[in-house]
Amino acid sequence: MVRLPYVTALTTLFSYGLLFAFGQLRDFFRKILDVGKSNNLKGYAPICLGLEDFYTRRLYLRIQDCFGRPIASAPDAWFDVVERYSNDNNKTLHCTTKTSKCLNLGSYNYLGFAAADEYCTPHAIQSLKKYSASTCSVRVEGGNTKLHVELEELVARFVGKPAAIVFGMGYATNSAIIPALVGKGGLIISDSLNHNSIVNGARGSGANVQVFQHNNPARLEDVLREQIAAGQPRTHRPWKKIIVIVEGIYSMEGELCNLPEIIAVCKKYKAYTYLDEAHSIGAVGKTGRGVCELLGVDPADIDIMMGTFTKSFGSCGGYIAASKEIVCHLKHTCPAHIYATSMSPPAVQQVISAIKVILGEDGSNRGAKKLAQIRENSNFFRSELQKMGFEVLGDNDSPVMPIMLYNPAKIPAFSRECLRQHVAVVTVAFPATPLLLARARICISASHSREDLIKGLEVISKVGDLVGIKYFPVEHEKTASSEKLKKLQ
Amino acid sequence: MEVILPIANATVAALARVSAAFNAPHARAVVFGIHIDGHLVVEGLLIAAILFQLSRKSYKPPKKPLTEKEIDELCDEWKPEPLCPPIKEGARIDTPTLECAAGPHTTIDGKEVVNFASANYLGLIGNEKIIDSCVGSVEKYGVGSCGPRGFYGTIDVHLDCEAKIAKFLGTQDSILYSYGISTIFSVIPAFCKKGDIIVADEGVHWAVQNGLQLSRSTVVYFKHNDMASLASTLEKLTHGNKRTEKIRRYIVVEAIYQNSGQVAPLDEIIRLKEKYRFRVILEESHSFGVLGKSGRGLAEHYGVPIEKIDIVTAGMGNALATDGGFCTGSVRVVDHQRLSSSGYVFSASLPPYLATAAISAVNHLEENPAVLANLRSNIALLHKELSDIPGLEIASDILSPIIFLKLKKPTSSAVADLELLEVIAEKVLKEDSVFITATKRSNLDKCRLPVGIRLFVSAGHTESDISTVSTSLKRVASSVL
Repeated sequence: MVRLPYVTALTTLFSYGLLFAFGQLRDFFRKILDVGKSNNLKGYAPICLGLEDFYTRRLYLRIQDCFGRPIASAPDAWFDVVERYSNDNNKTLHCTTKTSKCLNLGSYNYLGFAAADEYCTPHAIQSLKKYSASTCSVRVEGGNTKLHVELEELVARFVGKPAAIVFGMGYATNSAIIPALVGKGGLIISDSLNHNSIVNGARGSGANVQVFQHNNPARLEDVLREQIAAGQPRTHRPWKKIIVIVEGIYSMEGELCNLPEIIAVCKKYKAYTYLDEAHSIGAVGKTGRGVCELLGVDPADIDIMMGTFTKSFGSCGGYIAASKEIVCHLKHTCPAHIYATSMSPPAVQQVISAIKVILGEDGSNRGAKKLAQIRENSNFFRSELQKMGFEVLGDNDSPVMPIMLYNPAKIPAFSRECLRQHVAVVTVAFPATPLLLARARICISASHSREDLIKGLEVISKVGDLVGIKYFPVEHEKTASSEKLKKLQ
Repeated sequence: MEVILPIANATVAALARVSAAFNAPHARAVVFGIHIDGHLVVEGLLIAAILFQLSRKSYKPPKKPLTEKEIDELCDEWKPEPLCPPIKEGARIDTPTLECAAGPHTTIDGKEVVNFASANYLGLIGNEKIIDSCVGSVEKYGVGSCGPRGFYGTIDVHLDCEAKIAKFLGTQDSILYSYGISTIFSVIPAFCKKGDIIVADEGVHWAVQNGLQLSRSTVVYFKHNDMASLASTLEKLTHGNKRTEKIRRYIVVEAIYQNSGQVAPLDEIIRLKEKYRFRVILEESHSFGVLGKSGRGLAEHYGVPIEKIDIVTAGMGNALATDGGFCTGSVRVVDHQRLSSSGYVFSASLPPYLATAAISAVNHLEENPAVLANLRSNIALLHKELSDIPGLEIASDILSPIIFLKLKKPTSSAVADLELLEVIAEKVLKEDSVFITATKRSNLDKCRLPVGIRLFVSAGHTESDISTVSTSLKRVASSVL
């Protein structure tokens, strides 16, 4: 949990207030200067009225160069970031042909499958030559190939469920599945920090949506009891069904879900559970099977398990694993299956090869090595950062670690200074996080070597001192251990 | 008379006595300079009585919240519905599995079939040059892009692809999405918010309907491809309504409707749009690379300058034989989406090899305009041959590459129609090795247009393919219907 010191909160609010005031001043002058200009869109309401895009124009555009940085190589442990320049104070950015080689601490490349891999890439190229880049057809009509069927069986076996169905995009998986499962008269209870795709899917389904406090099984139980007792709003009829949606690893906090208790609560009140393992499948657990393996939960206890192939498998798309009846029902009703172009065959082959490597079925032990490497890397990096005095969120074993920045001015300072020293980090601000809690998010990969991590730590420590984000006291481990030695002697 | 008089006298005397009794002691009292008369006492008592009644709590039945034990009982009694309804008997769930690329000829279950089920309009599946460029891309960048566009997921091929598409269409800028259907259902909520007015065709496909629902605006549907209905709807919405000047208004249409094969009359729509001041969102998934002299879409076909259409979106999974989608328009339109379109901001970016495939496909189209002539002659030929099938009639436009056959005499329910059409499709595949499909609808789809059989014509089909499919359909349709 984030503990926001009082002084930091005050200074952050003051900074935002100052930015807001300056923004309003500039808007005022802009209005005066634009009085003479003719508006050729007479009679049409503008796309954004008044303050709707104030944040974009006056706050985001000033630090636009920290986001959307283009790269010119594969998103591996080291990559080439394209340098950009601006002639009008960051309003428009132009790319140059120069690139700079930087350490990649931002891409979702947990197991290192992002770049060309010795086992996966030849297979992907083979399937590209055989099936071509796309099937140009939907799954239920002409887009079902042998690769898709093989992938669904493999995913079901990997995750530990009887059947699975795959889609071409992770975001569309959530938005299109939730309306097919629950409609009007049902209730969706989702964690307060769930991803935008889940929120969109819940909104599009027509069911009632309630939110429970992040990762708190006691609050979930309160909400469940209250809702079952009250029934549907106004008519008080009993709910048709209740689905509780949680995520495995929350991407902005790096925390693991409190899965065993939440499952126990849901079982007690007969609610269905939906687990979104976008960041945790393939990245945590002894054999990479996700939070269920890590926390000791039987996959049969969760009704629907969802995941994506973008993060740990270096491909694109998403899957749903559930019982045979549910998967059959989804194949008949889910719009993403009936109306969307089927997943591109080389991407399907990439996932098949990646899962085979993880399971060790390609004949080597690279999979086990990768899994051990990412666990070791994450724990090492996190403990070192905490020793240096940074405020790092997230649980042990999670490869996602946010470092708190808070102040809006520190966001571009941290990002630009790190880039100057050849480390590429990701900084996140409002609206992806609450207004006062801006952070830098580090994603560790299995392809980072120990030297890469040490270099990253050095740069982050130097920049952290410059920018002033070491909110916690530095642990003086060296002096403590030398004292112990003296005592022994 | 004699009885009344003494009674009247007696009451008068009694009243006088009472009032004297009331008045007498107080006749002398003067408090604060006010003479206190008897009626003041009565009024004072009345006020006291009123205040007393007001101060008492009104009678409400006592409201007792549920006790813990009662909530426990309710929770125990509650029985949820099963998560999915039981599978209907005989529901068809097996779709044919392809064993090689989905080109004009493909292999199903070891047999070679003629493929009319892939929207491979320009015949680019299996094209050597495109595959070579994709192979180079996979070797350089890997398969996936491992991040959303804002966090190091922007690869230089994405920027090249966006510039190429904008240059090809003649617009100012364009933006790439990572999935075909997510394009339109992210674009609409990015521009249309609660309180806006959208006028949409009733035959739009599910992704557009989902976008309209997510936008929370007021949606009014007009009759499928009927310009008179559109004009009357626009008139009704804007007539005498001063408030409509300040809210954003949009018309959403598709260039070639997926659910019927009709082509939207763009010149009429632009005329209406300029008269009533609406913005147009045009969905060009099936017309990009097909209509127009050089394949630039519906605007080129009708000779309308592309600047007049505010927002053009298209999925690239059809003519360009790749995956993903794009949206194009003015700089203002495209820049707005880079921060407020959820399918762009919160989703991983398009795999780089698919962007390379798109660039190669557009290059191929620019260099070989003959492929469009092939496509057009194939469409015309197939249209002619299928015009006299017993029991089925062509519902699509003569220019559309989707040939939509619907039943001449539909039965009462759409489900029964679909059963019949699927029987036809299965027989055609089994007996004549021709692969066609019947339209399948999800139960979440609100479209009420009739179901039918769809054939996707490709520039790679030969005349013999076309004659094979037409003879086969004639034979099977006459035997089944």
